[in-house]
Amino acid sequence: MHKMMYSTSRRSLLIGAGAALGAGLLPRIASAQTPIKVAGIYTVPVEQQWVSRIHVAAEAAKAAGQVDYTYTENTSNTDYPRVMREYAESGVQLIVGEIFGVEQEAREVAAEYPDVAFLMGSSFMPDEALPNLAVFDNYIQDASYLSGIIAGAMTKGNIGMVGGFPIPEVNRLMHAFMAGAKESNPEIKFQISFIGSWFDPPKAKETAFAMIENGADMLYAERFGVSDAAMEKGVLAIGNVIDTQADYPETVVASALWQFEPTFNAAVAAVQAGSFKAANYGTYSLMKEGGCSLAPLGTFEGKVPEAALALVAEKEAAIKSGAFTVEVNDEEPKSS
Amino acid sequence: MNALFDILLTASFWAAAVRIASPLIFATMGELICERAGVLNLGIEGIMVIGAFSGWMAVYLGMGLWGGVFVAMLAGMLFGLLHATLTVPFGLSQHVVGLGITLLATSTSYFAYRLILPEVTSPPKIEPFQAVEVPYLVDIPLLGPALFAQTALTYAAFAVVALTVLILYRTPLGLAIRAAGESPNAVAAQGLSVTRLRMGAVIVGSGLMAVGGAFLTLSAFSSFFFEMVNGRGWICIALVVFGAWRPGKALLGALLFAGFDALQIRLQQTPIGQAVPYQVFLMAPYFLSILALILMSRRAQVPSALMVPFNKGER
Repeated sequence: MHKMMYSTSRRSLLIGAGAALGAGLLPRIASAQTPIKVAGIYTVPVEQQWVSRIHVAAEAAKAAGQVDYTYTENTSNTDYPRVMREYAESGVQLIVGEIFGVEQEAREVAAEYPDVAFLMGSSFMPDEALPNLAVFDNYIQDASYLSGIIAGAMTKGNIGMVGGFPIPEVNRLMHAFMAGAKESNPEIKFQISFIGSWFDPPKAKETAFAMIENGADMLYAERFGVSDAAMEKGVLAIGNVIDTQADYPETVVASALWQFEPTFNAAVAAVQAGSFKAANYGTYSLMKEGGCSLAPLGTFEGKVPEAALALVAEKEAAIKSGAFTVEVNDEEPKSS
Repeated sequence: MNALFDILLTASFWAAAVRIASPLIFATMGELICERAGVLNLGIEGIMVIGAFSGWMAVYLGMGLWGGVFVAMLAGMLFGLLHATLTVPFGLSQHVVGLGITLLATSTSYFAYRLILPEVTSPPKIEPFQAVEVPYLVDIPLLGPALFAQTALTYAAFAVVALTVLILYRTPLGLAIRAAGESPNAVAAQGLSVTRLRMGAVIVGSGLMAVGGAFLTLSAFSSFFFEMVNGRGWICIALVVFGAWRPGKALLGALLFAGFDALQIRLQQTPIGQAVPYQVFLMAPYFLSILALILMSRRAQVPSALMVPFNKGER
């Protein structure tokens, strides 16, 4: 096994070296401006759903020649300020990351580097006194609401929801999902649990099992492990942030997707224009900005009631035109 | 109260308890074997991570499920060898070495993960162990579905407990291992090597811990995530104390802890769950285990030579 690991790593190194050579030979795609230097600092690996959306958007911008992107993953919160400093010292112009666990220290570091732009996932609002730090989060309540309408139409009336921690962003999406589900069926019973961890799929799975035993025939998969329980027990699930239908073709009906591209591109444009300032970039996650969407129904094409799809289309149009706003509620949701 | 009894009378609750207990049973037996020989193995948390990672990776690379279990065990034994070398012949602090092994094994897993999978959107999935029903026994009310409709790895966990009891209490080797943890001088006087016994116990124990970790990726779930072991190793250290260093009682402790966990998940959905904050439920298994620990450990027999390095000829 160790031998195998060695050979695999050597092979991937070779492939990586080859790719790097090839990329160097390709002519750079012409862009109006020189690419700005961007660094990502993440507390988790780039596979994690939330961070993967940022990473994908940054990689896409890199491929398009707009940015020069590097990243550091799995940075512990205690190391976070140090890594921020290292990138800031190295001449990076825009640092993107998540400071939910280091709000205070990260702001102190940002204050020391006024020429570097910081675009950070944060639970707090931007501060005028700190003009180089803007905040964002995945405020995709619009898409969650629409996914809720579909969930409500596909359940007999009992939905199980497993979350990590009841932080504002998680709560907001859960409430939007529940509001959508009640549009379809006002009588729905919701079971809600938090597992006190972002990464414990076996525990999320056990919690989902308990909900299925308690009557849930539709699960809101906020954590990894929930869709697995649904698949094993033959009930349905709704995805969140990423589209997991490829892994669970008979289980995941729809997913509320987060697109980080509008947020990222707005920040890059602001840095290039020299107009980056303390702002709430969370609004770029709204549906009318293209920051979130409902994943294609895929394998569930034709299996969702027409009435629900009509309602989704109607609400989607209303959200985009501004005629309808999904209610924002950051309170901890409770079972009903 | 009725809600509580309703939960306790469902077979699915007991099945969940046994499922949650399985990784703990493997790792607790591993830790118990180390400690009975006189070595505290705080590398357990990291060794579970390397087990979870290497077992899953082996299956992903096409070795088959049992091949994965075997690879996990080997990886655990390798870290056990390192732990044993540093703590037994060199006699270094078992606390420091153990925590060092935990950090090293955890980072090694992450490092190897990134080398093998440099660019993935989500960790690949494998086909995990499926539940196997034991004919006839599964028809026993309540106990049948709980105990006899589990995956092969869960049955193996119970077999490991039986084997540990058999070897520790019914063989000369077991006697020697226990003596190495109680009175190494007596073992040396018999012409046996305390160093070999202790090193062997740590290596085998670490192998079992790694299988406990592999249970998470090969049976409880089908993929590897960073931080998914989530403190289960530390629980096992407490379970060994809870079990007063006896395999049977430690098994009971693992089932009790898992039972509390399965119970709190279900209680959250009852009327009590709406009145009490969810954090209280998450805390409950730990709180109740500490309580049980206090009650149980009053009569515990700690191995007298636990954490005492042995230097031959030294008094």
